[in-house]
Amino acid sequence: MSAVPETPGRSEAWAMVRRRLVDNSVAVLVLVFVALFVLTDVVNRAQGDGAFLTPTQVSTTFLYAAILGLLSAGQTLVMLTGGIDLSVATTATAGAFMVSRFGSHGAAASIVAALVVGLVIGAANGLGVAVFRVNPLIMTLGISTITIGVLTVEAQKQFTSLVPNVVVALGSERFLHYIPYDLLVWGPIAAAIVLGLRYSGIGRMIYGVGDNPLAMRLAGVRVWQVQLVVYVLCGVLSAAAGILLVGFNNAADLGIGTPFLLPSVAAVVIGGTSIFGGFGGYAGTIVGALILTVLDSLLTILNASQAVRQILYGAIVLALASLYARTTSE
Amino acid sequence: MTSTSLRPPLSGRIDWRRVVRRHGWTIGIVVLLVAFALYWRSSTSVPWGPFDVQSLAIDALPLAFVAMGQAVVIISGGVDLSVGSLMSLVNVLAAKEMAHMGYTSAILYALGLVVLGALIGSVTGAVIVVTGVADIIVTLAGLFVLGGCALAVLQVPGGAAPLRFQSLVTLDTVGTRWLPSAFVILLGVYALLWLTVRRRRLGLALYAIGSNRDRAYLAGVKVARTRIVAYAFSGAFAALGGLALTAASGIGDPNSGSIYTLNSVAAVVLGGVSLLGGVGGLIGPIAAALVLTLVKTVMIIKGVNQNWAQVIQGSLIVIVVMIGGLAIRQKGKTG
Repeated sequence: MSAVPETPGRSEAWAMVRRRLVDNSVAVLVLVFVALFVLTDVVNRAQGDGAFLTPTQVSTTFLYAAILGLLSAGQTLVMLTGGIDLSVATTATAGAFMVSRFGSHGAAASIVAALVVGLVIGAANGLGVAVFRVNPLIMTLGISTITIGVLTVEAQKQFTSLVPNVVVALGSERFLHYIPYDLLVWGPIAAAIVLGLRYSGIGRMIYGVGDNPLAMRLAGVRVWQVQLVVYVLCGVLSAAAGILLVGFNNAADLGIGTPFLLPSVAAVVIGGTSIFGGFGGYAGTIVGALILTVLDSLLTILNASQAVRQILYGAIVLALASLYARTTSE
Repeated sequence: MTSTSLRPPLSGRIDWRRVVRRHGWTIGIVVLLVAFALYWRSSTSVPWGPFDVQSLAIDALPLAFVAMGQAVVIISGGVDLSVGSLMSLVNVLAAKEMAHMGYTSAILYALGLVVLGALIGSVTGAVIVVTGVADIIVTLAGLFVLGGCALAVLQVPGGAAPLRFQSLVTLDTVGTRWLPSAFVILLGVYALLWLTVRRRRLGLALYAIGSNRDRAYLAGVKVARTRIVAYAFSGAFAALGGLALTAASGIGDPNSGSIYTLNSVAAVVLGGVSLLGGVGGLIGPIAAALVLTLVKTVMIIKGVNQNWAQVIQGSLIVIVVMIGGLAIRQKGKTG
């Protein structure tokens, strides 16, 4: 559309750089992650607080990133089909709330309760988007409003806050000194999503639905079923993130998930998944979540206010989204 | 575009079937509004008076304004998720600076903020046009950037607005006590900002790019410029909404606008504007804003927990949009 006339030499070089970036976007993102980590280390040393590039800090980064990683996993799947789920944060809150609400019934019961709630929320979103053709933005925002309302009513009735020890260990402790337990949750899920998207039938259909739903329908794919599955998965994954979150904080409150909403979209966008669907993948999102987590540490070290953080997050999403729009459009 | 060719013969007779077909949804929402108002009246034990109309006007004004702006953007085929934060920003800017101003300078400052809103909106629109990034992403990022700006202006609720400025929305009436000046301001803005452009080149261009962007481009519509103008409208209306919030509450709160992002989209959809763009008007969203406000008022009068009221309001929005979705599907099958 906006083809700016350039000298042939420059545009050729630009095209090559562009191709390289598109082909190896995950590798580039990993480099950005490492660079950001080193920068944080330098800043931390400059402030006289010692090194940041230590095994403990690397481990802590992964521990934090698992929560965002799971939240943005569901978001990745939904965005690959061309949708968006703005209810992930409140679904995580609902998951966290269920864990502490049913904590006295044992860890297994509370975890199951949380996942079931995630499933129900995801199914409601999926039903609205896939069957009733509601715009995903409206559907997920509406469900999010409903969820937070119900949670507030429930919390006013009776709010026992007991987080089972297993969940606390899962969300905040490490084994072998450096390996966080939550990687045991995130790792397999991440592997399943990355491989599933690439090799399984449903994985290919998710890309297809995002790329051209009409062609998929004509090819005999039940598009609504694919969309339903994606939103249900997103709900369950968000609830799982909520379980890790409540384990990390050791208490649930009704605002526990809220700060993760934009980062969940940001991680996906940074990871190179197109908002229009059909392009991208979860590997990029994982690195996106890691980058955002380090960035958060850096901002904490720099003592940045909430205002500055919000502005910066918005600016980064915008800058990267426009960069991707430029590099991927022909 | 088609309005001139489809206009009925000028015999002075109104073709009611055509009116119903074209404005059915808007008529429906107005009927719903009247039904709700009657129900509201029957459910209060105290006699119904001008005070009730006044309080409805105060409650509904911010939503009505922001829904009008959102409607313009959605008609043009976009969506503006940043309006909630823009309202907060205008709210804190107004409350922080206005406290010590006289009436006249407060009004001038308020007009300045509306211009600022339009500028911010046009910057958002320009970013969308220049970068080619989806409207949702850009305005979602804008939601956070502007929210951060609002926090930077005022960390905690505070500030004030001159009493004379507040009474514009909260106390003043025009002529009879039953006509709050808030409604007059609303209709005045509607007439000034929308009626003047709707049938002109710009208004038709807004509908055209929402209906089919490529064909509009081929027909000679300046698509990029029109999109930017749509977001400028949204910014100006969001600023008006923020000012209405300031006048109604009398303080500035960096989170005051956050609920309006969803509610504005909901009011627009309830008001008969298609999210696909190109269809609808601004009267529907205004009526829908009043309905959404009344639903909450009635429920609170009925003794429903305020949070349940939120749940019911959310469910109502989702159900209405679902029915709308089914209607579109039915139309798609027959047509």
